[in-house]
Amino acid sequence: MSEKVLMKGNEAFAEAAIRSGCRYYFGYPITPQNEIPEYMSRELPKVGGSFVQAESELAAINMAYGGAVAGGRVFISSSSPGIALMQEGFSFLCSTEIPLVILNVSRGGPGVGGIQPGQADYYQATRGGGNGDYHLIVFAPSSIQEAVDMMEMSFRVAEEYRNPVMILADGMIGQMMEPVVLPDPIPAALMEETSMTKPWALTGTKEARPHNVIKSLYLKPEELEDRILEMDRKYQKAKEKLVQYETDGLEEAEVVLVAYGSTARIAEEAIDLLAEEGIQAGLIRPISLWPFPYEAFDKIPQKVKAVISVELSRGQMMDDVKIGTKGRFPISLSSRVGGMLITPPEIAADVKKALGVE
Amino acid sequence: MKTVFEYTRGMLPEETTYCPGCTHGIAHRLIMEVLDEKGLLGETIGVAPIGCSILAHHYMNIDMCESTHGRAPAIATGIRRVHPDRIVFTYQGDGDLASIGTGEIVHAAHRGEKITSFFINNAIYGMTGGQMAPTSLLGQKTTTSMDGRMQEQSGKPIRMAELIATIDGAVFVERVSLDSPGNVRKAKKAIQKAIEVQEKRLGFGFVEILSSCSTNWGVTPVKALEWMRENMIPYYPLGNLKSPEEVK
Amino acid sequence: MAKGLVKFNEERCKGCELCVSVCPKKIIKLHETKLNSKGYHPACVTDVASCIGCANCAVMCPDGAISVYREDGEERDE
Repeated sequence: MSEKVLMKGNEAFAEAAIRSGCRYYFGYPITPQNEIPEYMSRELPKVGGSFVQAESELAAINMAYGGAVAGGRVFISSSSPGIALMQEGFSFLCSTEIPLVILNVSRGGPGVGGIQPGQADYYQATRGGGNGDYHLIVFAPSSIQEAVDMMEMSFRVAEEYRNPVMILADGMIGQMMEPVVLPDPIPAALMEETSMTKPWALTGTKEARPHNVIKSLYLKPEELEDRILEMDRKYQKAKEKLVQYETDGLEEAEVVLVAYGSTARIAEEAIDLLAEEGIQAGLIRPISLWPFPYEAFDKIPQKVKAVISVELSRGQMMDDVKIGTKGRFPISLSSRVGGMLITPPEIAADVKKALGVE
Repeated sequence: MKTVFEYTRGMLPEETTYCPGCTHGIAHRLIMEVLDEKGLLGETIGVAPIGCSILAHHYMNIDMCESTHGRAPAIATGIRRVHPDRIVFTYQGDGDLASIGTGEIVHAAHRGEKITSFFINNAIYGMTGGQMAPTSLLGQKTTTSMDGRMQEQSGKPIRMAELIATIDGAVFVERVSLDSPGNVRKAKKAIQKAIEVQEKRLGFGFVEILSSCSTNWGVTPVKALEWMRENMIPYYPLGNLKSPEEVK
Repeated sequence: MAKGLVKFNEERCKGCELCVSVCPKKIIKLHETKLNSKGYHPACVTDVASCIGCANCAVMCPDGAISVYREDGEERDE
């Protein structure tokens, strides 16, 4: 029976990863997620796992690839500029079809940016900073509990699809403290099975089977095309099965807010403020950012006057909102950036501006 | 008739697509011979680089993965943490190890990772068509140093074995050459010792293997070996720089 | 002197001549007219009786094209 504890987000993420069977962590310090490597350095050896402080994020993502090709259940974390360094690694992991769970505790950018929360890694996560046709599967929690609950699911999805999965948290969820119920640790027997269900893994042939090869280079274009189309079929399946979102109050809404992560919680407060002024606002909260829940936007009644993308970025998710709404509604942005958190009154003001009211 | 030499079963039967006279063929074979003779073929996981020998997994009869450029020692670190009891090695060229990958090789050595890195130094970039490598010699003409490498512009060539030998975690460091049968046999002995170091889990092992690239040097394979003797060996001295007591 | 026997796999040979250059008895050369299916003149032994089974050729061959045997003497740990 799991107890409810008050935990800092970053530490809860790390503990959830361990309880989901992660035994290998490779990371480099970067604010605001340093509690994760610190926690892993203390706790992983206690469960027979291995922690390495890598020399850089370039090294960390490659150590993660190494651990994962060897059949290990690997979890890594970083923050926006460090994730930028890992882009080649993500493309490579998708190409080689290797499972991995990555947590991005995102902060203000671009460049070195700031250390306060941001949501400006949406393009980086969903449009990919690495080369070629590939997708990270991306989930965005809006509370510590949600992040903890999605950890085991993320490992399962990563291993089923043989693809990296990113949990896109933001600095606020990483740094805040909330009561959380931690999942039971997965049973040891299941841990054994996990490594045995990877017949492709590099474990040494024991001269009992042909050698396993993990490769990314395909010099013959016909072969590379076949590989890409095969991966595409996998991504189609992901689009059908992995979409997750929540909606609230769409039926009665005259305006709809779209927000993810901790911003969604602020948006809910704004919706309460607007209700006090007689304005009915609904909410669509994407939980899977890739595959994006375009289908949720079909549920917006035609009478809605405006759809507003609420983000701590200059409108990176707004592109997907425009695709999802198919031109049915005017779309506008409600945003703060640079590490500034948007407030409920600011969102409410942007809603009223979009509706053309005082 | 006694067998004096037969191709090791550590090498798959597939003919290599390496250029005629390319010493990758010799280097691959020596490593696989050592692993075969020690009964370690089934226990080994190798990491191939970016470079001509990205193709190594077509020829080496062991579990292998490709890597991102220069990061093989980091990848090997991840593999080693999951499999503390296997033999893990990286096989890297001079662009991979001495240019883009200098961070990773230094830190793998610094952490004393119980892996072996085989460094194929042929003083040029092979796969990409003959550009200057950090190990290209002063005056050496390459496609990015058409007037010959100049010190003011590009510095002097880097001696990786000496650099790695300064790191405590690197317990076995040796430089060998493939320019003659005698040196090839010595190279095999160094590889044997390096693998023994790993079997005994003593620390990081590094073998720099002077090699040729007759295609990009623009000479015949036989002339390439002469060029190695006359030009590379004087600058990159052969011999053991560091060895633990247990394998001396 | 031990009598050696070398076998050359002509199909694997790329005509690089490393073996030619290291044979102490100078009895290896590229075939003057024969071409293998890759288009190379494969290496071959001109005077089998003079082979001492030193295996220098096999040690230098990058392509695994050469096998070496000896009538007596120790099996070398190649």
